Amino acid sequence: MDMQVAKKKLGLKEKYQVMTRDLDWTPTYQKMEDIYPYVQYEGIKIHDWDRWEDPFRLTMDAYWKYQAEKEKKLYAIIDAYAQNNGHLNVTDARYINTVKLFLTGVSPLEYMAHRGFAHVGRAFPGPGPRVACLMQSLDEMRHFQTQVHAISNYNKYYNGFHDFRKWHDRVWYLSVPKSFFDDAITAGPFEFIVAIGFSFEYVLTNLLFVPFVSGAAYNGDMGTMAYGFSAQSDEARHMTLGLEVIKFILEQDPANLPIVQRWIDKWTWRGYRVLTLVAMMMDYMLPKRTMSWKEAWEIYFEENGGALFRDLARYGIRMPKCAETIAFEKDHLSHQAWCTFYNYTAATAFHTWLPNEDEMQWLSAKYPDSFDKYYRPRFDFWREQAAKGNRFYNTTLPMLCQTCQVPLFFTEPGDPTKICYRETDYKGMKYHFCSDHCKEIFEHEPEKYVQAWLPVHQIYQGNCFPEGTDPTAEGFDPLKAVLQWYNIIHGRDNLDFEGSEDQRNFAAWRAQATRNV
Amino acid sequence: MQIDLRTVTIKPLRQTFDHIARYLGTDKPVSRYLEGSLGIQPKDVFHYRPTWDPEHEIFDVRRTKIRMKDWDALKDPRQFYYGAYTSARARQQDTAEANFDFVESRGLVETLPEDVRQAAVALLVPLRHVAWGANMNNAAVCAYAYGGMTAQAAIYQSMDQLGIAQYLTRIGLLLGDVESLAAGKQAWTNDPVWQPLRRYVEDSFVVKDPFELHTVQNLVLDGLLYPLVYDTIIDQIFAARGGAAIAMLTQFMTQWSAETRKWVDATMKAIVAESEENRTVVQDWVDAWLPRAKEALLPVAAIAVSEQAPALLDEVMEGFAQRLAKIGLSA
Repeated sequence: MDMQVAKKKLGLKEKYQVMTRDLDWTPTYQKMEDIYPYVQYEGIKIHDWDRWEDPFRLTMDAYWKYQAEKEKKLYAIIDAYAQNNGHLNVTDARYINTVKLFLTGVSPLEYMAHRGFAHVGRAFPGPGPRVACLMQSLDEMRHFQTQVHAISNYNKYYNGFHDFRKWHDRVWYLSVPKSFFDDAITAGPFEFIVAIGFSFEYVLTNLLFVPFVSGAAYNGDMGTMAYGFSAQSDEARHMTLGLEVIKFILEQDPANLPIVQRWIDKWTWRGYRVLTLVAMMMDYMLPKRTMSWKEAWEIYFEENGGALFRDLARYGIRMPKCAETIAFEKDHLSHQAWCTFYNYTAATAFHTWLPNEDEMQWLSAKYPDSFDKYYRPRFDFWREQAAKGNRFYNTTLPMLCQTCQVPLFFTEPGDPTKICYRETDYKGMKYHFCSDHCKEIFEHEPEKYVQAWLPVHQIYQGNCFPEGTDPTAEGFDPLKAVLQWYNIIHGRDNLDFEGSEDQRNFAAWRAQATRNV
Repeated sequence: MQIDLRTVTIKPLRQTFDHIARYLGTDKPVSRYLEGSLGIQPKDVFHYRPTWDPEHEIFDVRRTKIRMKDWDALKDPRQFYYGAYTSARARQQDTAEANFDFVESRGLVETLPEDVRQAAVALLVPLRHVAWGANMNNAAVCAYAYGGMTAQAAIYQSMDQLGIAQYLTRIGLLLGDVESLAAGKQAWTNDPVWQPLRRYVEDSFVVKDPFELHTVQNLVLDGLLYPLVYDTIIDQIFAARGGAAIAMLTQFMTQWSAETRKWVDATMKAIVAESEENRTVVQDWVDAWLPRAKEALLPVAAIAVSEQAPALLDEVMEGFAQRLAKIGLSA
């Protein structure tokens, strides 16, 4: 009779280990520093990659199975939404402008995350983090594509979507998110993963992704809601990766602490500046508001983030330095941003409008210390002027911050009536900033930030006109030429919502769908 | 009888995004693959140079010797976007799971002839490290290749190889045990039989040109390895020696290699057809790496089929030469 020798049973953790990190070996035919050339130069010291704790254990077979099920459900909803003209069920056609902001500003970042995580996954000698990063690279492809596929249906019926890929590269306000991600991907692999995995995915995701998706849910946009909810379980994995990375790096060597702290300071601020667009979306662009920007900041950053940073204190990490500045700005950020966009909407690929009386009351209630005093009077004035036929479109280009690339419209900490200007000299040139934080980021790495492709400078240098444009020709209209180069169609993609083609079409189609006309 | 369900019809303003309409020269609805893949990689307006590679832009055609007028010409004939990709793999995963269950529940491992079982363990377990290397290399192709088409397919390829390394690990645990994995790794790092292949893999880790890496890994090495190990040794020779159960466990690899070959061949064909310069560049890569791959696989084949190995490998080489010829290259 055969004797069956009982095999040693592996526990879940051991099993995952043989499925991932045990696949790796120490190479001898090539030197480690040639195979992994990018892990030394940032100064992060890793002594033992095996100390990495896998934040989740998902083998590929299980990954394919779960993800395929999620995709099947998601695309069924996307298809049904398109087939039923679900876009006609949103609260109000103004809402669609938030989706424009998302596709042009956020989705291309998902694509960059796909490439960036492939890069750092390949760059890390540790097999544990490599597998987690590569899986995230694959997930990010999913997020990019599901967003494009879901929003494709909006593009068929509304303006402001049609050339999102080009706009993300060229249009002035979109250089804010674009340069943010370019900054991360051009940094070293450790900085990238602290920037995106920790500061962005872990600390700030509730202030970016969640407001858009909750906004969609509140405003009847099933398509956006569906991909948002479907991405949630992927995001949960990404967040645990971000947190594990920080803990791992800090546990490896005490010398890593000051480097990591500087990155957290920098990337919280960089990320927050990108969130300017989200703040104005929450307070001004959602017809049915979920919560104010200020409330979101207090819950998700001050409370939840506060708890996180108290937890990280045992590693010596403290709250990002910029938290104080942000706490001051929270009463002003969204208003200052929307006022600016209202002024410059001739050069945007979405529409703007003045908040109506109900909305102004909501803003007063949410911002008792700032709205009535500083911002309501501006809207009242603009409304008066518009009624007299003096709708003011600003055609003078604003000065941009060399680091975050937001126009210089933020005010001095402590004085909301005075624009904050900072500057520094570097190699005989003057550089301008919106804040002390952006100035400090520049001064730490001037060689990097002098390279920035600042949209306003580029326009003034004549680099943003269609080929063959003669700027010296009589009657040359620079704004018109720039819009042509952007491929923003004047009168369709830009200007006020009131009187727009989107507004007319939505009203006509909704009538067709709900009445017998 | 036809049932005429009615929905409210409104006329769209446009059918697709401008970058796609410009590429196709017409505004018409496109497949999800094209909509999610064409022109998705930024081509200009990069804000900063990578601090890890200051000679290049974030995405830069100068990272490779290949020249293409249109990088989106490197399409994937499988039309894999994420949804299609995971759906295809989920089905294969289902089959693989059923196969593992079948082999386990019927105790088919115990019915394997001992020499076949041992040969399978000795051959397959070290290959998990080869698949791991392929995972790394395709991650590099994804990160550094120019063009969204190639990068996308490369991350799928990368994670497929991780999946294969994990299937091979399960096979090792099923046909042997944890010690078999350790012994396999020991052989991979020390046994002379595996050293030419390990050297090939480690040398590929320092290849900087992403399209050379695509050639070295996906065309040349996998082009010989999969037909040799899975199509020939396992599906034919082991099966004939009473080891058909093993072929059930490696069905994923057999099907996968037949499928991914379509992508590899389509991209290589488009590259080679683009210009005589491209053809020469790729031919030089093949000339440099193919003899090494062949030499490295000979002792590996001998583990399973001893003196039959050279003849088997010649047969595989013949098939591969035909494949190269269809691409526009020679062996």
